[in-house]
Order: sequence, then C-alpha cells, then structure tokens
Amino acid sequence: MTTVLGAGTPAPARPAPPPMPAPAAAVAPRVAVTPVAAVAPAAAAGPAGVRAHVRITAASDGRGGTALPLLSGEGPFAPRRTRSADPARARVTLVGAMSAPLGGDRLTVETRVEAGAALRLDSSAAMIALPGRVPGHAEYGVRLTVGEDAYAHWLPEPLISARGSDLRQHLVVDLAPTARLVLRDEQVLGRTGEEPGRLSTRLTVRVAGRPLLDQQLDYGPGAPGWDGGAVLGAGHRAVGQLLVVDPAFAERPAEPRMLGETAAVTPLAGQGLLVTAVAPDALQLRRLLDQSHIFTSW
Amino acid sequence: MSGAAAALLVLADGRFPAGGHAHSGGAEAAVKAGRVKDAASLGAFCRGRLHTAGLTAAALAAAAAAGHDPLALDEAADARTPSPALRRTARKLGRQMMRAARATWPCPELDALAAARPRGAHQPIVLGLAARSAGLTPLDAAHACAYENISGPATAAVRLLSLDPFDATAVLARLAPEADDVARRAVEAAEGDLADLPAASAPLLDITAEAHATWPVRLFAS
Repeated sequence: MTTVLGAGTPAPARPAPPPMPAPAAAVAPRVAVTPVAAVAPAAAAGPAGVRAHVRITAASDGRGGTALPLLSGEGPFAPRRTRSADPARARVTLVGAMSAPLGGDRLTVETRVEAGAALRLDSSAAMIALPGRVPGHAEYGVRLTVGEDAYAHWLPEPLISARGSDLRQHLVVDLAPTARLVLRDEQVLGRTGEEPGRLSTRLTVRVAGRPLLDQQLDYGPGAPGWDGGAVLGAGHRAVGQLLVVDPAFAERPAEPRMLGETAAVTPLAGQGLLVTAVAPDALQLRRLLDQSHIFTSW
Repeated sequence: MSGAAAALLVLADGRFPAGGHAHSGGAEAAVKAGRVKDAASLGAFCRGRLHTAGLTAAALAAAAAAGHDPLALDEAADARTPSPALRRTARKLGRQMMRAARATWPCPELDALAAARPRGAHQPIVLGLAARSAGLTPLDAAHACAYENISGPATAAVRLLSLDPFDATAVLARLAPEADDVARRAVEAAEGDLADLPAASAPLLDITAEAHATWPVRLFAS
C-alpha cells in the first residue's frame, strides 16, 4: 500500500488500531472507506496520541485563477492538489495517510481562502473515529476563513463514529460579507450493525464576525436522549447538513420546504440556507442532501 | 422577605399568561410520526429535548438574567434556530411573555427590549429578563426554562394521546434531576464567553417543526 504524506514530514507511525467488530466496507457504497491503517512499521506512537496540523491557503493568482501558496500536512492527512473541473478554481483532496482520529489525537485543518480566490476541498474517503490505545477523547478542529468575493466548497466524505470512539469535532467558519460557501457535514453513527461511539460535533459559522449558524450535535453513549424521538428517532443512524451561504440570500431568502419526512430546507435568519437530514444510513442521507437540488449559479 | 421563591413559582406556573399552553414543543409532530406513543417514548422524547433545545434555551435565559446584552443574545438565538417555523414560534412566545412580564414585573430593561424587538425577541431571553426584573437569579431563570421545555410536551401528550396525566407527570418527576443538571450547566455557560454558549440542537425537532407548520389542521401552534 502506498503512503502519501505531506511535504517531507516523517510518518508519525503507530500501531494498528484495535480490531473492530464490523467490516468497514459494509458502509454505503458511495462512501469509500479507506482508513489506511498503520502504514508505517510499528514505531511507538507518542503516549498522548498524534498531533497534526494541516494548513491550506488559496489565493487569487492575479490571472483569474487560484493558486495554493500554502499546502502542508502531516500525520493522518495529506492535502493534495487534485484536478479541478473548473480551471478557475483550485481543488484540494484530503488523502488519509493513517488511521485517524484515534483517542488522544489532536488534529487541525486550517484553511484560508483569500479575497477573490476559489477553493473546493474534498476527501478521498470517509473519516473513521476509532478508539485508541491512549485513554481520552480525540479532537478534530476545522478552521475555515473565506475572504471578500471568495468561494469555498467544503465537501468532505462523512465522519463515521465507530464503537468505543470518543471524538469532539468543531468546525469554525468565518466569512467575509461577500464570501460564498457550500459546506456539507455528515455523520454516520456506527458502521453497519455497530453501536456508535461518543461523538460531539459543533458547527459555528460567522459572517463579518456576527453569528449565522451555531449548532452542536451529541450522539452515542453518554449523550442523553440522542436516540429518542426528539433528536434522531428510531432507525436513523446518519445525520447531515448542507449549508449554503450567499449574500444574495440577504435580499431573497430561500423558501422553506420538506424533502420527504426526515429532511428540510430552511432559510436561516441571515444570508444562508441549511438542509438538515436524518436517514437510516450514509447512502440514504447523501441521497436526501443531493435531492435538495441546491444549485448555485457559482 | 424577598418573595423570590414565590416569584419563581409564578414565572414557572403553566397558568402564567404567556401563551405556552398552545404549543406542544414538537410533541404533536412526534405523536403523528409514531415516535411518541406512550409514557416511555414520551420520556425519551423529553429527555432528548431537555439536553438539546432545553439546554440551549436555559443558557440564553440564564445569560439574559445575568445582564448580558439581550440583543446580542437574540442574535445568538437566531443562529441556534435554523428552522424559520421555530424562530417564528420563539418570537411569538417572546412577545406574549413580554406582555405578561411587563404587566407583572415592569422594568426599563424589558421596555427597552420590547422597543428594540416589537415583533418579539426569542422567548428564553424575555424569560431571563423577566426573572431578572422579578429579583430572581440566573439559576432560577435556567430552571424555569428547562422545566418549561419538558412540561410543555408532557402536557401536550396528555391531550394528544389521552395519556394518563399521572404517567405524564411521572415522566417529568423522573427527569427532575437531569433538569437540575441542565440548569446548572446553563448557568456555568452563561458565566463564560457568550460565543461559547451551548448550541445543542435536535435535528428531528428542526425538521418536523417545518412539516408541522404546513399542516392545515393541528391541535397546537407548534
């Protein structure tokens, strides 16, 4: 198996995660699951888990395109510049280089899309939160800043919370008043037939420093009432959101509408719209989010 | 004699004329979908609601009672309420709470918020300011808010399911320790940075509120 690592960074090797009960490949087919486990020979991981920081900066190249003056990764993530369908935009794919996040890991992805630039970020596979040998929770932080007249598409594959894992995720997005954003955030609670781990995920979005959307979701053992009729409901093990921010919504807000019984398109109080969906699995969740037909002219 | 204990009972009383009785807190939609059908599923529903929407509302109420800027809190409440149906409900209930509070515990802070938000501020913020005006603490406000968050659906379930009122009340009694815990966490959060106020949310409540708002015939307004 080939290993892709960030620019010259040595692989923070660690032992393979403990074996899990369900086959990872049993997740919905559209979701490519490749936790590239323990690629390097077993040098001991640090006692406190992996600390890794990814930095991506997209900037206008002055000729109508977008350059990537900064693209650095380490540990579990390798950000790779990939082929973009639209030459005016840069595309970066986060490639999983080792199994993560595990308990004790602290992972951060910091992305700046500067004024006038356009970036699409995706990932090569779902991210699976697994228990680690280190006690304690893992943290995954995403910081996304989008400047004036800039565009960001943040479209990673889902996060899967495996049994016994404990992950706290926080996505913080700061947008300039004229920035445009499409962001998809999906969580799958347990692999097929598996109970989920503990997952806490917060999405904080500000426009010009003012709050646009702030939501925290808590699932799994220790999150009271998460599988009751108010939060997810019986049989729903996948939950997701698609957020679109566009200054045009300030003049003309989107119309609220239902997508079946378990998804809704809702205009936010500010210049955004949110699709919220719950579904039995990752595949049906993605269908619901795709079905929202939120097409933007950009 | 401050009268604070009795003032809390007045504020938290289901008969306080703030219009809460017309709302089911999502229970009507959950009953129709078959997610709430008996005392056990009502308990699970209320528990999830308490720790999500309940915690978020209680923290907003506690922050308002502690004297934080109510307009900044109103903006924070909007960001925590993606469903336009629930934003309308929160502001309508806020307007009704404002009328009752200004008659009961008049104060310049309530007047100022009423003038700044004539169509209603989010209800937990008005409740928090009302508590402040009544000489109550942020913890009192959080308690009233957390309790109301589960008593609304429990009372509605009695009407929607012909559930035994004793069973519905037992659901509330069993959740009392967790309601206390939610109120305490809400106050702790309100003492910190406003940006870190809880934002706990319940996807199904947001989704089903939108569906419920389109029903041509319904027993409850939300």
